Amino acid sequence: MMQLDAKIPEGPIAEKWDNHRFAIPLVSPANKRKFSVIVIGTGLAGASAAATLGELGYRVKAFTYHDSSRRAHSIAAQGGINAAKNYQGDGDSIFRLFYDTVKGGDYRSREANVYRLAQVSNEIIDQCVAQGVPFAREYGGLLANRSFGGAQVSRTFYARGVTGQQLLLGTYQALARQVSAGTVELFTRSEMLEVVVAEGKAVGVVVRNLVTGEVTSHSAHAVVLATGGYSNVYYLSTNAMACNGTAIWRAHRKGALFGNPCFTQIHPTCIPASDEFQSKLTLMSESLRNDGRIWVPREIGETRSASEIPEEERDYYLERRYPAFGNLVPRDVASRAAEQVINEQRGVGPLRNGVYLDFAEAIGRLGRDTIEERYGNLFEMYERITDENPYETPMRIYPAPHYTMGGLWVDYDLMTTIPGLYSIGEANFSDHGANRLGASALMQGLADGYFVLPYTIGGYLAGMLGTDPVPTSHPAFAEAEQDVRDRVARLLGTNGSRTIDWFHRELGKIMIEECGMARSENGLRKAISEIATLREEYHRDVKVPGDGVSMNESLEKAGRVADFFELAELMCHDALYREESCGGHFRLEHQTDEGEARRDDERFTHVAAWGFGGVGAEPSLTREELEFEYVELSQRSYK
Amino acid sequence: MDITLKVWRQEGPDAAGRFETYQATDVSPDMSFLEMLDILNERLTLDGEVPIAFEHDCREGICGTCNLMIDGHPHGPQMGTATCQLHMRKFSDGDTITVEPWRAAAFPIIKDLAVDRSAFDRIIEAGGHIGAPTGSAPDANLILIPKDAVDAAMDAALCIGCGACVAACPNGAAQLFVAAKYAHLSLLPQGQPERFRRAEAMVDTMEEYFGACSNHAECEAACPKSISIDFIALLNRDYVRAKWRNRRLAGQSV
Repeated sequence: MMQLDAKIPEGPIAEKWDNHRFAIPLVSPANKRKFSVIVIGTGLAGASAAATLGELGYRVKAFTYHDSSRRAHSIAAQGGINAAKNYQGDGDSIFRLFYDTVKGGDYRSREANVYRLAQVSNEIIDQCVAQGVPFAREYGGLLANRSFGGAQVSRTFYARGVTGQQLLLGTYQALARQVSAGTVELFTRSEMLEVVVAEGKAVGVVVRNLVTGEVTSHSAHAVVLATGGYSNVYYLSTNAMACNGTAIWRAHRKGALFGNPCFTQIHPTCIPASDEFQSKLTLMSESLRNDGRIWVPREIGETRSASEIPEEERDYYLERRYPAFGNLVPRDVASRAAEQVINEQRGVGPLRNGVYLDFAEAIGRLGRDTIEERYGNLFEMYERITDENPYETPMRIYPAPHYTMGGLWVDYDLMTTIPGLYSIGEANFSDHGANRLGASALMQGLADGYFVLPYTIGGYLAGMLGTDPVPTSHPAFAEAEQDVRDRVARLLGTNGSRTIDWFHRELGKIMIEECGMARSENGLRKAISEIATLREEYHRDVKVPGDGVSMNESLEKAGRVADFFELAELMCHDALYREESCGGHFRLEHQTDEGEARRDDERFTHVAAWGFGGVGAEPSLTREELEFEYVELSQRSYK
Repeated sequence: MDITLKVWRQEGPDAAGRFETYQATDVSPDMSFLEMLDILNERLTLDGEVPIAFEHDCREGICGTCNLMIDGHPHGPQMGTATCQLHMRKFSDGDTITVEPWRAAAFPIIKDLAVDRSAFDRIIEAGGHIGAPTGSAPDANLILIPKDAVDAAMDAALCIGCGACVAACPNGAAQLFVAAKYAHLSLLPQGQPERFRRAEAMVDTMEEYFGACSNHAECEAACPKSISIDFIALLNRDYVRAKWRNRRLAGQSV
């Protein structure tokens, strides 16, 4: 089998990044303006990359399907961002953040990348504070920290419950500054629908204007995809409505390998669905688990309300099963435990699809004012959605798809297997292994965009000095444009009998059932065949209203759902292949006697990177072996 | 619940618009307002009609994309709530609800209920930022900021850029949006070096697009994040000061 080379620099792990930065050829300031770079997506990763590349002097074209780069879904992250500052003096260090992240990812991430992430985490906080991000402070004026998502040190920086918003506004403003300076040309309401590859390299993109329907080509020396994750493959997720996998899927179809597609994160604290027309799920910050206690009734089919159930008839199942970590076990463990008690018919709420998250004990201990100061905005949001007051009745929560650790395979430089095509942030597979720890997504997006890509891309560009980008008159552009126009025309012309959302909901049901929190060989085989059938039906029977020359949200969605079908099949293939349980990937055949995940390090200490084999055809597998020199592989235990 | 909807339909920026009436039946009180529109759009699609164009994305009240004028109120009747977090339980069976786009000259209609709010981005580009090139920052704890100051900045920074303030204003002014961003940056020590330059750049750009503020305070009532008009006072004061201040002496006189 072919092996992938991640191009990890030589030397001790603490020196790899420094050595590599020294080894990367520099592009002189006068030459930087001779290079053009396309950035797709302007969330945390994309906007920080575009702004930094612009500051450095490159000519940047940035594209977003939103009306403004301030709308990207990074904005919805609530809890915080990790850094190894050790400001609290509680024993944190770069090595500990690195170690925790590799362990939290269940030993399926690349050591060198994660170490670099931990190293630059400190620079991110400095950068964001300098930009005016209003992180929480102590009375003495120093930055405040909290412990988050099961970490045993307080390394999380936060801005009330809206850390993602404040960080994204920081990148948005940095980008706006470059737009104003003329170094970045920003195209809003523009969706990338094809990567253009010529002479074996990524040379540009084809985008569609979402207001006029106009399809245009753009060429550059390099292309960066920062287009986020694909949790919306499940239909119901915490992602924004427009989040999609089209950009990375189009790149995959053009030859970029897809790493660990089945590694998805189901977040334990979301508000349960209230009916089948629910359009999306709302996340309640994981920080709630710091003070809330999770329980369900002991008895199956309990009908009393929470307040009527006496203490001895409640099952605080996380505290019972995991006495050491209790309610703060990692996300994958908490989600699976919730699914188990609900499958046992012990769920709560009108649809019996939730578990309680109870603050009564914390309110009694700390007082209502303290709880209000810590979680006031979250409690308000919960009440707005459910009409229940969490100060009086326990919250109801349920796991929901939230983040995808899988993504385009990238090397140490964040380059995909297509030369000149980079992938950063959630769109790549790199740093979180099989499970992401809380407050690490914001960290990775900004690490890639501010501090990694702007260096590494220089090495690729330096080798192209004196060459112009492949012009958009190259036949590869015409071909890609025609392909986009054909796809749009086909979707509009199908004129079937079912709506796009109907198909998307059906796909979501298959995926959450068979490729969600628990997966099995039979289930996955069934899913692959059902998805294929549904996909064929989609292309025969979907009804896409409106036209292709004005704003048409249905048409946008139709293209994204078409790509989700193909991506869903790949996720199931990957989940079927990985005959072990690790992190968010739980195979029912591979568990301990106590029902915990059982890894198979002998056979699966590698990244599964898949190549596109054609629609409905078997994908081809390439592996990147993972070597652990600094972290000792152990069975994760939170007991 | 059964609801009658009067919805503004307009094919494009230059087309003539009109109200169309639709019936939404079997609406669950637990549905969000946008989910009610989703279901109506599904039905329109199956009936061979063109669905209603409206903007939305995160559906958590934070991205600022959704923007409906509901019965004459930006984001509807519930205070401190964006359209996407408004639920049908706030309405009654048999209600007739009027749904319009934001009404402001600076926000031209794109289609139906969708408008172009890019004038906001022009203001941010002009001065809504702190110049801190990547990599040049000192250690984060070298800048001490009193908790009260950062809390005040945070109150302003909550703005989601939805434009409800403009839609609510009889003058179509954007003072609350501009003041919120201005105050966020200018209440912090990091924002001081560019403070008065920022005041001028943001206000001057704002005036190219938006009407003038006359302190009606409708904006504060409409704001889904309940941002205070106190920040407008700060902005106005600093704009005046910026006009007579000699910035070369700023280090001596702040």
